Amino acid sequence: MLEIKNLHAGIDGKEILRGVDLTIQPGEVHAIMGPNGSGKSTLANVLAGRPKYEVISGEVTFEGKNLLELPAEERAREGVFLAMQYPVEIPGVNNIYFLKAALNAQRKHRGEEELDAMEFLQLAREKMKVVELDESFMNRGVNEGFSGGEKKRNEIFQMAVLDPKLAVLDETDSGLDIDALRIVATGVDNLRSEAHSVLVITHYQRLLRYLVPDFVHVLSNGRIVKSGGKELAEELEQKGYDWVDEENVA
Amino acid sequence: MIQERAAETFAKLGWPTPRIEEWKYTNLAPLAKINWRVDDAVAEVETPLTFGARAYAELVFINGRLLRQAGARLAAPADERHYGDWERNAMVALNYANMQDGGRIEIPAGTVVDGFIHLLFMGHGDGIWSHPRNQIIVGANAQVAIVETYAGNGAYFTNAVTEIVAGEGAVVDHYRLQCESADAYHVGNVYIHEERGANVTSRSVVIGSALSRAEINVALAGEGASIVLDGLFAGTAKQHLDNRTVIDHVKPHCESHELYKGILDQNARGIFDGRIIVRPDAQKTVSRQENRNLLLSESAVIDSKPTLEIHNDDVKCNHGSTIGQIEQEPLFYLRSRGIGEEEARSLLVYAFASEIVDRMKIEPVREQIRRSLFQNMPDRLPERRGGGR
Repeated sequence: MLEIKNLHAGIDGKEILRGVDLTIQPGEVHAIMGPNGSGKSTLANVLAGRPKYEVISGEVTFEGKNLLELPAEERAREGVFLAMQYPVEIPGVNNIYFLKAALNAQRKHRGEEELDAMEFLQLAREKMKVVELDESFMNRGVNEGFSGGEKKRNEIFQMAVLDPKLAVLDETDSGLDIDALRIVATGVDNLRSEAHSVLVITHYQRLLRYLVPDFVHVLSNGRIVKSGGKELAEELEQKGYDWVDEENVA
Repeated sequence: MIQERAAETFAKLGWPTPRIEEWKYTNLAPLAKINWRVDDAVAEVETPLTFGARAYAELVFINGRLLRQAGARLAAPADERHYGDWERNAMVALNYANMQDGGRIEIPAGTVVDGFIHLLFMGHGDGIWSHPRNQIIVGANAQVAIVETYAGNGAYFTNAVTEIVAGEGAVVDHYRLQCESADAYHVGNVYIHEERGANVTSRSVVIGSALSRAEINVALAGEGASIVLDGLFAGTAKQHLDNRTVIDHVKPHCESHELYKGILDQNARGIFDGRIIVRPDAQKTVSRQENRNLLLSESAVIDSKPTLEIHNDDVKCNHGSTIGQIEQEPLFYLRSRGIGEEEARSLLVYAFASEIVDRMKIEPVREQIRRSLFQNMPDRLPERRGGGR
């Protein structure tokens, strides 16, 4: 589904990813862990096509398409979703109007019929229950006045409505209490299926207790230095990231 | 006769030019060269901007003459005073000298008008000028909403004056929608006089015309009076949209809250000149003034000039002005969900305007403004049907 080959990328002329290789098959949940500054967020943003990030070399293919040459909106329409670390507030753009426009842009791209207001509302209500967001949030501006946890739940809500083939979660767990963590994990778990893949980017192991990954990778200094199963996350939790770096150097 | 005295004054003052400080950015001298004429032949024209039965009362004017009146009956003011500053403001003098019809309305003390009064001014035909004069006298503790709409077809010139007097404890919600034809010239002077404890909100929306000058003068002449001035101007092509506001804090314990937002595309030029005066007697004044502008093209221009003149120490005043472009973070956020770049931009332009539009209390007015904004900038703004909520 997603194939990253020798990806070098950075920001403001500074190279941050220095040769990342990663393959995700349909239905798999991968976790990328790593210390601050290892390049986790850069990887997430490069995949989503955030403009200020520059790709220096390497390849990213998504279902056989060259992802790197597509603008952000087309990546989304192909089925890539980024749950952002810091969702921006957009007063004046109504949450529900925005999400309906987004879903219909994606459906149109796939040659499916657009949902009318009633159909969309029904879908939105169903998904809102999963993330335990009150309906009153829907008529506010995008993320306007939301708490940190509400913003993250709104990301998962959007993900649930848009139903992406690949969801990339950029530190969605940071700043969440246990309840919110559980809600986020449930939302992602509901997406999990043979056709959907998830890439969880996180500093901590705690989200992975609720959302058990098939593979865990350690990113350090812009490279994946270690890969393993879910037990690797626990090992990291106990020994810390220094352990991987030391082992890597040795 | 005020007409004669005003005509003499206009002859003395002449058409405003940028030599006058208040007209630094706008030159009306080209208008002086046109041989304007009054059109007395009132004829039915298409008026897509009527609110019909949704208004409490509606008066439709064509080229400055009353065409028809519908809805509730309205009393005319007994007040024969002229609140416009015709001795100093040439355009007000020109209006008084050529004064035509307009909404002359008195709301008796203690009356709460259930609904809004709509004054629709249609300009029609090249080379026609009109001088509507409105006077709204709102009695003590009365409440009313007044909507003025200016629209039309052709290269005409509207020179309107609106006087609003809010008596003690009166509450007035005033809207002024300038949606004139793309070839029209528009000058509007609004005078708001507030007595003790009066509470006025005045919202100025400037979308139409080739050249527009919308001026609002507020006198907070009674203790504890308050004014909210909301402004939205959106220009494209070569539109020249000049907005000037003067808020005069005369008495103590008054409040003024002003937010003007400008959206300028292509070669449009926008002006915000906002002056706040706090008189020596106006202790405990609270005043906030803000002008925010969104430039959508390299060649659009904004001149923003907020001015505070404070003549006593016991006040809380702040003012500011910003000029910016579409922000990258919200743009990426919308695109990252699958919304195309053009649509995402238009959503953000709309969002910028909606801060002003959304807090208007009259739903048909909000709808009308959304439609007019879209019509003026179809490639910049999303079309909204049914309010978009």
